[in-house]
Amino acid sequence: MEAAQIYQRIKDRFGERVLEISDHKPDPFAVIDPASIVEVASFMRSDPDLAMECLSNQSGVDYKDRIEVVYHLFSYSKRHGAVLKVKLPRESPSVATLENLWKSANWMEREIFDLLGVNFEGHSDLRRILMPEDWPGFPLRKDFVEPSEYHGISTVRESPIIRLDPKKK
Amino acid sequence: MPLLNTLPDYVLTTKTDELLNWMRKSSIWYMLFGLACCAIELMHTGGPRADIERFGATPRASARQSDLMIVAGTLTLKMALRTRLLYDQMPDPKYVIAMGSCASCGGLFQLAYSVCDGVDKILPVDVYVPGCPPRPEALTEGLLKLQEKIMAERWLARSSSNGVAAA
Repeated sequence: MEAAQIYQRIKDRFGERVLEISDHKPDPFAVIDPASIVEVASFMRSDPDLAMECLSNQSGVDYKDRIEVVYHLFSYSKRHGAVLKVKLPRESPSVATLENLWKSANWMEREIFDLLGVNFEGHSDLRRILMPEDWPGFPLRKDFVEPSEYHGISTVRESPIIRLDPKKK
Repeated sequence: MPLLNTLPDYVLTTKTDELLNWMRKSSIWYMLFGLACCAIELMHTGGPRADIERFGATPRASARQSDLMIVAGTLTLKMALRTRLLYDQMPDPKYVIAMGSCASCGGLFQLAYSVCDGVDKILPVDVYVPGCPPRPEALTEGLLKLQEKIMAERWLARSSSNGVAAA
């Protein structure tokens, strides 16, 4: 099924809850109301024509005025894929977990929580996955300020470009 | 009377210091400690082609049995704490080789928020091996440099002017 048909199908089914359909090349996407993401996703998984068996990637983006969570779905049986996005407020980004639909969401949601601070409601084990447990803040937020030291290890790093520039000497 | 040439052929004479250093340098056991892509070259160096076991260096799985820590790869801040702990668990005398650009100075990732730019920020480093990653020959050369350094040590001497500082 073509991407446009996939999005039309969920638009027909969910109407207003599909906020926007973009034919952006080469990766068209649909923006979903955050409150209905579980419903839309479980439909796309169970519908025999869509049959999205795989959540191949889940990621988060900080756009300074909002945070987006991006879902890349793929169907092995139908050989097609789709991209869903939800837009979340930057102050308290929170969206329901898809862990119960695709097990692979577990670690990817932990990663998004770790780096961007998105709270996934209902997640079974929402801990940091990459950064140390005592790390302050969320490093992929655009306003993240790096602390100057971590457990006595200085994190002040002079840029090698400045260090090697003869004019700066 | 000079000792030399008066003893039978099977008797060797040497200094205690040199004998100790010679034994020490000929049995450098290094800890299996790969952090990133350099670990592939480290494994290769222990393999049959480069074969640093010729020089008595053999991998050990435990820090408590190791003399040498080869820091092979990018040191993240999270790993830096564990690295220091492992270093503290090693028995003296202990040595550190910083293998590759990342372990030496942070390399390609030195400006990343999660990376400790250089293992020398947390441990004393004996030999730096440049390269990204260094070839097995380069790491072997690093080991030989360390052996030279070990041979110059004077652990039995009381004065520090003649001691490790000179090594």
